[in-house]
Amino acid sequence: MTIGLGHYLAVGAILFTLGTLGIFLNRKNIIIILMSIELILLSVNINLVAFSTHLNDIVGQIYALLVLTVAAAEAAIGLAILVAYFRNRGSIAVEDVNLMKG
Amino acid sequence: MIVHAIFFYLFACVCVASAVMVIAAKNPVHSVLFLILAFVNAAGLFVLMGAEFLAMILIVVYVGAVAVLFLFVVMMLDVDFAQLRHGALQYLPVGILIGGIFLAELLLLIGVWTIGPGIPHAITAPIPPVASVPNTAAIGQVLYTRYVYFFEAAGLVLLVAMVGAIVLTLQHRVRVRRQNIGEQVARDPRTAIELRRVRPGQGLETNP
Repeated sequence: MTIGLGHYLAVGAILFTLGTLGIFLNRKNIIIILMSIELILLSVNINLVAFSTHLNDIVGQIYALLVLTVAAAEAAIGLAILVAYFRNRGSIAVEDVNLMKG
Repeated sequence: MIVHAIFFYLFACVCVASAVMVIAAKNPVHSVLFLILAFVNAAGLFVLMGAEFLAMILIVVYVGAVAVLFLFVVMMLDVDFAQLRHGALQYLPVGILIGGIFLAELLLLIGVWTIGPGIPHAITAPIPPVASVPNTAAIGQVLYTRYVYFFEAAGLVLLVAMVGAIVLTLQHRVRVRRQNIGEQVARDPRTAIELRRVRPGQGLETNP
Protein backbone atom coordinates (compact mmCIF):
# COMPACT_ATOMS: atom_id res chain seq x y z
CA MET A 1 0.00 0.00 0.00
CA THR A 2 3.05 2.26 0.01
CA ILE A 3 3.06 4.98 -2.63
CA GLY A 4 6.39 5.10 -4.40
CA LEU A 5 8.01 6.82 -7.31
CA GLY A 6 6.25 4.62 -9.83
CA HIS A 7 2.78 5.78 -8.79
CA TYR A 8 3.63 9.42 -9.39
CA LEU A 9 5.30 8.58 -12.69
CA ALA A 10 2.15 6.71 -13.71
CA VAL A 11 0.03 9.79 -12.98
CA GLY A 12 2.45 11.86 -15.05
CA ALA A 13 2.29 9.36 -17.92
CA ILE A 14 -1.52 9.35 -17.90
CA LEU A 15 -1.66 13.15 -17.91
CA PHE A 16 0.88 13.32 -20.76
CA THR A 17 -1.14 10.87 -22.83
CA LEU A 18 -4.33 12.83 -22.17
CA GLY A 19 -2.59 16.01 -23.27
CA THR A 20 -1.42 14.53 -26.55
CA LEU A 21 -4.86 12.99 -27.07
CA GLY A 22 -6.42 16.41 -26.52
CA ILE A 23 -4.26 17.94 -29.24
CA PHE A 24 -5.20 15.04 -31.47
CA LEU A 25 -8.95 15.16 -30.94
CA ASN A 26 -9.60 18.90 -30.80
CA ARG A 27 -7.62 19.84 -33.85
CA LYS A 28 -9.88 22.74 -34.72
CA ASN A 29 -10.12 24.43 -31.35
CA ILE A 30 -6.84 26.14 -30.54
CA ILE A 31 -7.90 27.03 -26.99
CA ILE A 32 -8.23 23.34 -26.12
CA ILE A 33 -4.87 22.73 -27.80
CA LEU A 34 -3.23 25.34 -25.56
CA MET A 35 -4.86 23.78 -22.51
CA SER A 36 -3.57 20.36 -23.59
CA ILE A 37 -0.05 21.80 -23.78
CA GLU A 38 -0.52 23.06 -20.23
CA LEU A 39 -1.51 19.53 -19.19
CA ILE A 40 1.62 18.11 -20.83
CA LEU A 41 3.84 20.61 -19.02
CA LEU A 42 2.07 19.78 -15.75
CA SER A 43 2.85 16.10 -16.24
CA VAL A 44 6.49 17.00 -16.88
CA ASN A 45 6.50 18.95 -13.63
CA ILE A 46 5.02 16.02 -11.73
CA ASN A 47 7.78 13.79 -13.08
CA LEU A 48 10.50 16.30 -12.16
CA VAL A 49 9.22 16.77 -8.61
CA ALA A 50 8.74 13.01 -8.14
CA PHE A 51 12.33 12.32 -9.13
CA SER A 52 13.55 15.26 -7.06
CA THR A 53 11.95 14.04 -3.85
CA HIS A 54 12.69 10.39 -4.52
CA LEU A 55 16.39 10.93 -5.24
CA ASN A 56 16.64 13.61 -2.51
CA ASP A 57 18.05 16.21 -4.91
CA ILE A 58 16.50 19.66 -4.94
CA VAL A 59 17.72 20.62 -8.42
CA GLY A 60 14.69 18.88 -9.90
CA GLN A 61 12.38 21.29 -8.11
CA ILE A 62 14.35 24.25 -9.43
CA TYR A 63 14.07 22.88 -12.93
CA ALA A 64 10.32 22.44 -12.38
CA LEU A 65 10.19 26.12 -11.41
CA LEU A 66 11.84 27.05 -14.71
CA VAL A 67 9.41 24.83 -16.63
CA LEU A 68 6.56 26.60 -14.84
CA THR A 69 7.92 29.98 -15.95
CA VAL A 70 8.20 28.87 -19.55
CA ALA A 71 4.68 27.43 -19.43
CA ALA A 72 3.25 30.72 -18.19
CA ALA A 73 5.11 32.67 -20.89
CA GLU A 74 3.95 30.23 -23.55
CA ALA A 75 0.32 30.55 -22.45
CA ALA A 76 0.50 34.35 -22.54
CA ILE A 77 2.10 34.46 -26.01
CA GLY A 78 -0.23 31.78 -27.36
CA LEU A 79 -3.33 33.56 -26.19
CA ALA A 80 -2.02 36.87 -27.56
CA ILE A 81 -1.47 35.26 -30.98
CA LEU A 82 -4.96 33.79 -30.71
CA VAL A 83 -6.51 37.19 -30.00
CA ALA A 84 -4.60 38.81 -32.88
CA TYR A 85 -5.66 36.02 -35.23
CA PHE A 86 -9.28 36.30 -34.13
CA ARG A 87 -9.21 40.02 -34.87
CA ASN A 88 -7.96 39.34 -38.38
CA ARG A 89 -10.16 36.41 -39.29
CA GLY A 90 -13.19 36.49 -36.99
CA SER A 91 -12.69 32.80 -36.19
CA ILE A 92 -10.17 30.61 -34.39
CA ALA A 93 -10.23 27.61 -36.72
CA VAL A 94 -6.68 26.29 -36.89
CA GLU A 95 -7.12 24.84 -40.35
CA ASP A 96 -7.33 28.27 -41.93
CA VAL A 97 -4.06 29.52 -40.44
CA ASN A 98 -2.17 28.63 -43.59
CA LEU A 99 -4.22 31.23 -45.43
CA MET A 100 -2.23 33.83 -43.53
CA LYS A 101 1.04 33.17 -45.32
CA GLY A 102 2.01 35.72 -47.88
CA MET B 1 1.02 5.54 5.54
CA ILE B 2 -2.55 4.54 4.78
CA VAL B 3 -3.62 8.19 4.91
CA HIS B 4 -0.87 9.01 2.43
CA ALA B 5 -2.16 6.33 0.07
CA ILE B 6 -5.78 7.48 0.41
CA PHE B 7 -4.88 11.06 -0.36
CA PHE B 8 -2.63 10.02 -3.24
CA TYR B 9 -5.43 8.08 -4.90
CA LEU B 10 -7.92 10.89 -4.22
CA PHE B 11 -5.72 13.56 -5.79
CA ALA B 12 -4.57 11.34 -8.66
CA CYS B 13 -8.06 10.17 -9.59
CA VAL B 14 -9.58 13.65 -9.49
CA CYS B 15 -6.61 15.04 -11.43
CA VAL B 16 -6.87 12.43 -14.18
CA ALA B 17 -10.67 12.68 -14.35
CA SER B 18 -10.58 16.46 -14.67
CA ALA B 19 -7.85 16.17 -17.32
CA VAL B 20 -10.22 13.91 -19.26
CA MET B 21 -12.94 16.50 -18.90
CA VAL B 22 -10.59 19.25 -20.12
CA ILE B 23 -10.30 17.60 -23.50
CA ALA B 24 -13.85 16.19 -23.58
CA ALA B 25 -16.02 19.08 -22.37
CA LYS B 26 -18.25 20.68 -24.97
CA ASN B 27 -18.05 24.15 -23.47
CA PRO B 28 -14.52 25.67 -23.33
CA VAL B 29 -15.42 27.53 -20.13
CA HIS B 30 -16.01 24.15 -18.50
CA SER B 31 -12.67 23.01 -19.93
CA VAL B 32 -10.89 25.90 -18.23
CA LEU B 33 -12.63 25.21 -14.93
CA PHE B 34 -11.64 21.53 -15.11
CA LEU B 35 -8.09 22.63 -15.92
CA ILE B 36 -8.13 24.63 -12.67
CA LEU B 37 -9.35 21.53 -10.81
CA ALA B 38 -6.57 19.44 -12.37
CA PHE B 39 -3.95 21.98 -11.30
CA VAL B 40 -5.27 22.19 -7.74
CA ASN B 41 -5.13 18.40 -7.43
CA ALA B 42 -1.63 18.35 -8.91
CA ALA B 43 -0.68 20.85 -6.22
CA GLY B 44 -2.07 18.36 -3.70
CA LEU B 45 0.19 15.69 -5.20
CA PHE B 46 3.16 18.07 -4.86
CA VAL B 47 2.34 18.57 -1.18
CA LEU B 48 2.21 14.80 -0.72
CA MET B 49 5.64 14.51 -2.32
CA GLY B 50 7.05 17.18 -0.02
CA ALA B 51 7.44 20.05 -2.47
CA GLU B 52 5.27 22.61 -0.68
CA PHE B 53 6.74 25.68 -2.35
CA LEU B 54 6.09 24.38 -5.86
CA ALA B 55 2.56 23.41 -4.86
CA MET B 56 1.78 26.94 -3.71
CA ILE B 57 3.49 28.40 -6.80
CA LEU B 58 1.39 26.10 -8.96
CA ILE B 59 -1.80 27.43 -7.39
CA VAL B 60 -0.69 31.06 -7.53
CA VAL B 61 0.68 30.99 -11.08
CA TYR B 62 -1.74 28.62 -12.76
CA VAL B 63 -5.02 29.09 -10.95
CA GLY B 64 -4.38 32.75 -10.27
CA ALA B 65 -2.89 33.87 -13.55
CA VAL B 66 -2.86 31.39 -16.43
CA ALA B 67 -6.30 29.86 -15.94
CA VAL B 68 -7.88 33.28 -15.43
CA LEU B 69 -6.16 34.42 -18.62
CA PHE B 70 -7.64 31.44 -20.46
CA LEU B 71 -11.07 32.18 -19.01
CA PHE B 72 -10.75 35.81 -20.03
CA VAL B 73 -9.85 34.94 -23.63
CA VAL B 74 -12.56 32.27 -23.91
CA MET B 75 -15.19 34.70 -22.74
CA MET B 76 -13.83 37.62 -24.76
CA LEU B 77 -13.81 35.86 -28.12
CA ASP B 78 -17.23 35.43 -29.63
CA VAL B 79 -16.71 32.04 -31.25
CA ASP B 80 -19.22 29.40 -32.22
CA PHE B 81 -17.62 26.51 -30.40
CA ALA B 82 -20.26 23.99 -31.49
CA GLN B 83 -19.20 24.53 -35.08
CA LEU B 84 -15.55 24.04 -34.11
CA ARG B 85 -16.35 20.70 -32.52
CA HIS B 86 -18.01 19.47 -35.66
CA GLY B 87 -16.09 16.47 -36.96
CA ALA B 88 -13.96 16.10 -33.83
CA LEU B 89 -15.17 12.55 -33.24
CA GLN B 90 -13.79 11.57 -36.61
CA TYR B 91 -10.35 11.02 -35.05
CA LEU B 92 -11.60 9.40 -31.85
CA PRO B 93 -10.95 5.70 -32.72
CA VAL B 94 -7.44 6.17 -34.05
CA GLY B 95 -6.70 8.67 -31.29
CA ILE B 96 -7.73 6.27 -28.56
CA LEU B 97 -5.79 3.48 -30.27
CA ILE B 98 -2.57 5.50 -30.46
CA GLY B 99 -3.06 6.97 -26.98
CA GLY B 100 -3.72 3.54 -25.51
CA ILE B 101 -0.61 2.05 -27.08
CA PHE B 102 1.47 5.02 -25.95
CA LEU B 103 0.16 4.84 -22.38
CA ALA B 104 0.62 1.07 -22.21
CA GLU B 105 4.22 1.42 -23.33
CA LEU B 106 4.91 4.14 -20.79
CA LEU B 107 3.35 2.17 -17.92
CA LEU B 108 5.22 -1.01 -18.89
CA LEU B 109 8.41 1.03 -18.95
CA ILE B 110 7.72 2.38 -15.46
CA GLY B 111 7.02 -1.17 -14.26
CA VAL B 112 10.30 -2.73 -15.33
CA TRP B 113 12.64 0.22 -15.00
CA THR B 114 15.04 0.70 -12.07
CA ILE B 115 17.29 3.57 -11.07
CA GLY B 116 20.89 3.03 -12.11
CA PRO B 117 23.46 2.28 -9.38
CA GLY B 118 25.51 5.44 -9.97
CA ILE B 119 22.59 7.87 -9.78
CA PRO B 120 22.26 8.16 -5.96
CA HIS B 121 25.95 9.14 -5.76
CA ALA B 122 25.62 11.83 -8.44
CA ILE B 123 23.36 14.12 -6.38
CA THR B 124 24.51 17.72 -6.57
CA ALA B 125 22.24 19.48 -4.04
CA PRO B 126 20.77 17.12 -1.45
CA ILE B 127 17.55 18.19 0.25
CA PRO B 128 18.26 19.06 3.89
CA PRO B 129 15.97 17.57 6.58
CA VAL B 130 12.62 19.35 6.63
CA ALA B 131 12.78 19.78 10.40
CA SER B 132 15.84 22.03 10.16
CA VAL B 133 15.39 23.74 6.76
CA PRO B 134 11.90 24.17 5.27
CA ASN B 135 11.31 23.42 1.61
CA THR B 136 11.06 27.08 0.60
CA ALA B 137 14.33 27.96 2.32
CA ALA B 138 16.06 24.96 0.78
CA ILE B 139 14.97 26.01 -2.72
CA GLY B 140 16.04 29.59 -2.06
CA GLN B 141 19.47 28.53 -0.79
CA VAL B 142 20.17 26.75 -4.07
CA LEU B 143 18.21 28.93 -6.50
CA TYR B 144 19.73 32.25 -5.47
CA THR B 145 23.30 31.00 -5.28
CA ARG B 146 24.20 28.31 -7.75
CA TYR B 147 21.34 28.80 -10.19
CA VAL B 148 21.03 32.58 -10.04
CA TYR B 149 21.71 32.96 -13.76
CA PHE B 150 18.91 30.51 -14.53
CA PHE B 151 16.68 32.53 -12.22
CA GLU B 152 17.51 35.72 -14.12
CA ALA B 153 17.01 33.94 -17.44
CA ALA B 154 13.53 32.94 -16.24
CA GLY B 155 12.84 36.58 -15.48
CA LEU B 156 14.05 37.51 -18.95
CA VAL B 157 11.71 34.92 -20.48
CA LEU B 158 8.80 36.47 -18.61
CA LEU B 159 9.84 39.96 -19.75
CA VAL B 160 10.01 38.85 -23.38
CA ALA B 161 6.61 37.17 -23.03
CA MET B 162 5.10 40.32 -21.56
CA VAL B 163 6.53 42.56 -24.29
CA GLY B 164 5.48 40.08 -26.96
CA ALA B 165 1.92 39.83 -25.67
CA ILE B 166 1.59 43.62 -25.55
CA VAL B 167 3.05 44.05 -29.04
CA LEU B 168 0.75 41.38 -30.46
CA THR B 169 -2.49 42.65 -28.95
CA LEU B 170 -1.99 46.43 -28.87
CA GLN B 171 -3.85 48.10 -31.68
CA HIS B 172 -3.97 51.76 -32.67
CA ARG B 173 -7.38 52.77 -33.90
CA VAL B 174 -7.20 55.37 -36.63
CA ARG B 175 -10.43 57.26 -36.02
CA VAL B 176 -9.96 57.77 -32.31
CA ARG B 177 -8.68 61.23 -31.34
CA ARG B 178 -5.90 60.85 -28.86
CA GLN B 179 -4.18 63.20 -26.49
CA ASN B 180 -1.00 64.70 -27.96
CA ILE B 181 0.99 65.24 -24.82
CA GLY B 182 3.96 66.91 -26.52
CA GLU B 183 1.76 69.50 -28.15
CA GLN B 184 -0.01 70.20 -24.88
CA VAL B 185 3.22 70.63 -22.96
CA ALA B 186 4.65 72.92 -25.65
CA ARG B 187 1.82 75.47 -25.25
CA ASP B 188 2.68 78.68 -23.47
CA PRO B 189 0.53 81.74 -22.58
CA ARG B 190 1.66 83.73 -25.64
CA THR B 191 0.33 81.19 -28.11
CA ALA B 192 -2.60 79.97 -26.04
CA ILE B 193 -4.25 83.28 -25.12
CA GLU B 194 -5.12 86.13 -27.45
CA LEU B 195 -6.26 89.45 -26.04
CA ARG B 196 -8.74 91.49 -28.08
CA ARG B 197 -10.08 94.89 -27.34
CA VAL B 198 -13.83 94.82 -27.86
CA ARG B 199 -15.38 98.18 -28.73
CA PRO B 200 -18.88 98.87 -27.49
CA GLY B 201 -21.57 98.33 -30.10
CA GLN B 202 -19.29 96.66 -32.67
CA GLY B 203 -18.49 93.25 -31.28
CA LEU B 204 -15.66 91.05 -32.55
CA GLU B 205 -14.83 90.40 -36.17
CA THR B 206 -14.65 86.77 -37.05
CA ASN B 207 -11.33 85.01 -36.88
CA PRO B 208 -9.37 85.00 -40.12
